Amino acid sequence: MSGLVDELLAGKHSALARVITKIENREPGYRDIVSDLHGHTGHADVVGVTGSPGAGKSTLVDKVAAHYREQGHTVGVIAIDPSSPYSGGAVLGDRIRMASNAGDMDVFFRSMSARGSLGGLSTATTDAVTALDAFGKDYVIVETVGAGQNEVDIVRTADTVAVLVPPGSGDDVQMLKAGILEIGDVFVVNKADLDGADRTVQQLREMLQGRSTTGHHGASGTGTADLGTATGGDDSWDPPIVETVANRSEGLEEFCAVLADHSDYLERTGRREQQARDRFAAEIRTLLREDANRLLEAELARQGGLEPLLDAVLARETDPYSVVDEVLTPLRECLDRERPGD
Amino acid sequence: MSVEQEQVERTIRCLVAKVGLDGHDRGAHVIARALRDAGFEVIYSGLHRSPEEVVQAAVQEDVDVIGISILSGAHKTLVPEILDGLREYDAFDDRLVIVGGIVPDDDQAELREQGVDEIFGPGASMEEMIGYIREHAPER
Repeated sequence: MSGLVDELLAGKHSALARVITKIENREPGYRDIVSDLHGHTGHADVVGVTGSPGAGKSTLVDKVAAHYREQGHTVGVIAIDPSSPYSGGAVLGDRIRMASNAGDMDVFFRSMSARGSLGGLSTATTDAVTALDAFGKDYVIVETVGAGQNEVDIVRTADTVAVLVPPGSGDDVQMLKAGILEIGDVFVVNKADLDGADRTVQQLREMLQGRSTTGHHGASGTGTADLGTATGGDDSWDPPIVETVANRSEGLEEFCAVLADHSDYLERTGRREQQARDRFAAEIRTLLREDANRLLEAELARQGGLEPLLDAVLARETDPYSVVDEVLTPLRECLDRERPGD
Repeated sequence: MSVEQEQVERTIRCLVAKVGLDGHDRGAHVIARALRDAGFEVIYSGLHRSPEEVVQAAVQEDVDVIGISILSGAHKTLVPEILDGLREYDAFDDRLVIVGGIVPDDDQAELREQGVDEIFGPGASMEEMIGYIREHAPER
């Protein structure tokens, strides 16, 4: 198994691909792999891109990746598509838009499906980012559909989050209010050549001004940064709004410049380290919960499973609180024995 | 690799690739959808892909199955290029390579010799194809 890690670190593409597969499938041994890779990470700039379906995320990501390549950087892309809740199958179509980087192996593009049941998309995504980072990618871009909780989760993985908004009725923007407006470090009105783009920019600006409380990334919304960078004090970040026409690369330079500005801002203010701390804290807590749950399930099974206990509860011979107490007693005793000092 | 009991059934990943100048992708769309409904994850390449692009996609996506759809008659040049590319990136051995389209009998033998696992012609049913993939998807 460690052979795979060595191959990945040596730059073998198929090894990187296989590691991500193992991460996705939660295959035996994937944890050891991610553990081994962790020491080699921390160099990549991670950008999250989200927005409603059809906003132009894939096209923009393609152009941004090409832009970074022109500057001599290497890029990893993780594109997440929904999977069918019925068959579990999925058609992962984001790759079709990767025309600008076709045949360029230094853009590592990987499609992932949001396999609902496998213990959380965010964990798998985070681990996949770890693999790309350890591989030596300068930039990692995570692209996800904006339709629920998962997008808020990518914040935990990304240093900078870009939210794409297509020009349209005000209702579309209203929809973004819940959750997604708070996670954006940069807002992009893509397809800015379409009617209504100006209005969408205007609406976004108004809404961002209303964003007075600190968002997830600690932006404090004062002032009216438009196409710009952090205004106000050094410590605040006003999310700029950038207009792009991704398929014609219009506004691309500006978008990349804004991403770079945000990266500088994170560095300058020490936010990057704080974000990393928060991210690892959340990750450790999640893993702790998952593993503790598994331990508990195993212990429950060892004690004969839930069924007999349910019978007793139904018959009013015992109650849920007492059941939990009893189930946990051996664990508690174990801990007491191990740590008599506490 | 150790086998753990709790392991869930592995999701089979397929690349459906249109290669070369042939611009007919209705069949590829139908196949992509059928494979999805069979519970597979399908990566669709889009039209007019070069062999290098197909190799890039197959390697990076770490697919179990590469389905190459060719109706243009250029299979004799394009398919070997893909196979060579897969070998170059050490991504040939544990992968199923399937060709779909119109391939004359004489060419079929040649393609198989070069490393193609199966060829499905115009009369093949989706059930046949899905059954074949389930049965032959590589152990990893």
